[in-house]
Amino acid sequence: MATRTDFGPPDYRQMLPPIITKNYGQWKYHERLQPGLLMHVAESGDALYTIRVGSERLLSTDKVREMCDLAEKYCDGYLRFTSRHNVEFLCSDKARVDPLIAELKAKGWPVGGTGHSITNIVHTQGWIHCHTPATDASAVVKSVMDELYQYFGTMDLPGYCRISLACCLNMCGAVHCSDIAILGMHRMVPKINHDIVRTKCELPNVIAACPTGAIRPDPANKSLTVNPDRCMYCGNCYTMCPGMTVADPIGDGISIWVGGKVSNSRSGPAFSRLVVPFLPNNPPRWPETVEVVKMLVETWAKHARKHERMGEWIERIGWERFFEITGLPFTEQMIDDFTMAPETFRTTAAFKW
Amino acid sequence: MSNNGTPMLDDLEKGPWPSFVTDMKQAAAKKPAVNDLMRQLEASYTEKVGHWKHGGIVGVKGYGGGVIGRYSDSPDRFPGVEHFHTIRVNQPAGWFYNTKSLRALCDVWDKHGSGLTNFHGATGDIILLGTTTDQLQPTFDDLAELGFDLGGSGSAMRTPSCCVGPARCEWACFDSLNVVDTVTRTFQDQLHRPMFPYKFKIKVSGCPNDCVAAIARSDMAIIGTWKGNIAIDQTEVTQCAANGMNIQTEVVDMCPTHCMAWDGSTLKIEDRECNRCMHCINLMPKALRPGNERGASILVGGKAPIVHGAMLGWVVVPFIKLEPPYDNLIELVNKIFEWWDENGKMRERLGELINRQGMGKFLKAVGLKPVPQMIKRPRANPYYFWREGV
Ligand code: HEM
Ligand code: HEM
Ligand code: HEM
Ligand code: HEM
Ligand code: SF4
Ligand code: SF4
Ligand code: SF4
Ligand code: SF4
Repeated sequence: MATRTDFGPPDYRQMLPPIITKNYGQWKYHERLQPGLLMHVAESGDALYTIRVGSERLLSTDKVREMCDLAEKYCDGYLRFTSRHNVEFLCSDKARVDPLIAELKAKGWPVGGTGHSITNIVHTQGWIHCHTPATDASAVVKSVMDELYQYFGTMDLPGYCRISLACCLNMCGAVHCSDIAILGMHRMVPKINHDIVRTKCELPNVIAACPTGAIRPDPANKSLTVNPDRCMYCGNCYTMCPGMTVADPIGDGISIWVGGKVSNSRSGPAFSRLVVPFLPNNPPRWPETVEVVKMLVETWAKHARKHERMGEWIERIGWERFFEITGLPFTEQMIDDFTMAPETFRTTAAFKW
Repeated sequence: MSNNGTPMLDDLEKGPWPSFVTDMKQAAAKKPAVNDLMRQLEASYTEKVGHWKHGGIVGVKGYGGGVIGRYSDSPDRFPGVEHFHTIRVNQPAGWFYNTKSLRALCDVWDKHGSGLTNFHGATGDIILLGTTTDQLQPTFDDLAELGFDLGGSGSAMRTPSCCVGPARCEWACFDSLNVVDTVTRTFQDQLHRPMFPYKFKIKVSGCPNDCVAAIARSDMAIIGTWKGNIAIDQTEVTQCAANGMNIQTEVVDMCPTHCMAWDGSTLKIEDRECNRCMHCINLMPKALRPGNERGASILVGGKAPIVHGAMLGWVVVPFIKLEPPYDNLIELVNKIFEWWDENGKMRERLGELINRQGMGKFLKAVGLKPVPQMIKRPRANPYYFWREGV
């Protein structure tokens, strides 16, 4: 039998709990009753209780079934996932909320991630499943969240703080617009394996793929050369050609970017900015990275005004002050020299000491 | 305790946050291949370098994408993951599930694959992580039986995704789930058969809070908005104040357009000056609600740095009504596809093409009129064209 194709995803309407089907588009307001517990009230007076739980994203089918068990026991068999890898149990019966939370806590599943908390870290595959990473994803996330655990289950921070991780410049996750972005970085010019380049790669495509024009033909070798002064280790050439390896045990590590956001609330969406150009890969716990992320969260929490996100706080005090308060060294990498660099230079004589 | 010789992975089982290693061990109990996955990861932790080779082309009948080829670079050391491909499965809009479907999906994956998943990948898809080449077609056949189709990969449209929208959010200015479902069904061919210059992402958020980060990571961001006045319930405003909110400092002073006033009993908004940032509504969901004439803004060009730098989406349609069957939206998407397909170079995203050819050309090609809502400020350089007559 020929398999059918192009039939599309399952109809979301079959996946909605009855209370949502009934009150679809008729929600009136919501309240955060406690960390990890939202109540949405509809025009009809119906109330829906959402219990938010952090997950490891890399889930075994057994773990998914455990989630299903709970959803069946307390939520008539419905649940949903959020864009930040949390799972949400959707309860229409208030009486079941406390027992569900109690059972979640007994299992050690973190309940929280609502409001002014540190919610789950959006992240990518890393060494578990991708071919271009400069660092791992899951282990770094696990290590950071272990350390920030108390902030997941409370809502006492000044504002939202979104942390994301991408294990290479491809940035499968939207790390470039996060309050704190953890980004894998290569630091070495590609090592060329001429045999592979000659036999497996389309040379013009590889040359064209380089954003800085660092790659030139090497006619004598029927291969390519890289101008080391122009290469900034993005790995695009490796994507096009397996004979151009950028990954390296010493060269690879992590960079930290801060102050981005996507919502339009108060200030507009903004990119994250480089504040730590390199931290070593130090498995399994990445202590240097964990320490910087924790310091950034706690420094912001101490200094920001209520509702002020990382970037809004920094814009208010100025970047020169940010580097002073955090003690992070300012390095030459933080002065842009890529395509849109001049936008980031100071064009006023007004600044702080 | 590990019988695998994976001390670093074992260490990652400690600590309060849920551990992915526990999931890997659960899967390994049923699937020996996952033991090799764990050993290969341990080797990456020891050697500080990945062990996956460049992907090869694999897939299922009739599709050009949806499967990502994945091979170990050391199959002699880790034979279980010699091939260990990813399958992207298109999620239901809004990421809602009934447990019957989820369980059936798990059964298929236990039968054919590693038993490891991601809920969800950053594309929005359900990710089935790791199976062998010969199991790809049988997996898809069983998925199709359940009604789960593949997502996109390669130079194709990506699986669109959306915020929770009207299913559970009082701020949704249109039906984000229905839009995503409709767009996904309309563009099945573009999703499943790579034929564009590069990838194309559509993400849909019901209001300017943009809970799916559409502006940052989609070529076409559809973001809910409204016209008209924010509805104010003064009693609830007073209640917020009574509950301890400092309306002056937390709300009025933080309004970016300075269009609010509070005299201790009445909140006033000069709605014409409000830019609909959502701050005040976010803080007082019971007291304030978006205006009644609701629709969406469309922004294009958002993308990652490759090749010429990261960009946020640009407003090209300040306001569009979005109601089924969404012919206006579909027509616009088709015009954009056509222009991009015709003019885009290989691996040139829509935003880069617009940047190269000029926003003016893009607007003309897709039939949109220039309006001030499209810009932060007008140009400061005198190098402009007079294209037709003077
Ligand atoms: C130029 C090169 C790129 C290459 C070679 C590449 C390759 C890959 C591969 C192989 C995977 C699958 C990892 C796995 O599951 O085995 C992946 C995942 C992904 N990629 Fe890329 N990618 C590239 C660029 C991008 C860009 C520019 C974006 C987004 C702007 C992107 C977004 C994603 C997303 C969202 C995923 C799913 C990630 C996850 O949830 O784990 N990729 N990419
Ligand atoms: C020169 C340096 C960089 C290179 C070569 C590079 C390369 C890439 C590549 C290949 C992708 C996949 C893009 C796609 O197919 O659309 C990507 C995505 C991304 N990059 Fe970079 N990147 C660079 C710098 C940065 C920086 C500095 C940031 C942030 C501060 C950033 C943030 C992102 C983000 C957020 C994405 C995903 C965007 C999307 O979903 O479209 N990148 N980058
Ligand atoms: C082909 C076209 C151009 C011609 C024939 C031209 C000719 C001239 C002449 C004759 C002067 C006066 C020189 C003097 O008295 O010392 C001048 C000055 C100048 N031109 Fe041009 N120019 C051209 C294009 C441009 C362009 C494209 C730019 C800028 C981007 C430019 C920028 C200037 C500036 C900044 C000055 C100095 C003005 C001042 O004294 O403040 N010119 N040009
Ligand atoms: C048709 C296009 C253009 C022509 C004919 C032109 C011509 C000129 C000329 C004749 C000068 C004076 C050179 C000198 O002092 O020796 C000049 C200077 C300059 N041009 Fe252009 N130009 C063009 C386009 C542009 C564009 C598109 C830009 C920028 C984006 C640009 C940026 C400049 C700058 C910054 C200077 C001043 C350099 C300095 O003072 O050090 N020009 N251009
Ligand atoms: S961010 Fe880079 S290394 Fe990580 S999964 Fe995406 S493409 Fe792979
Ligand atoms: S790593 Fe990037 S910059 Fe360096 S040669 Fe390759 S494509 Fe060019
Ligand atoms: S984007 Fe707006 S409508 Fe959608 S879930 Fe977020 S707050 Fe609600
Ligand atoms: S939505 Fe934003 S701009 Fe409009 S009144 Fe509220 S705070 Fe001010």
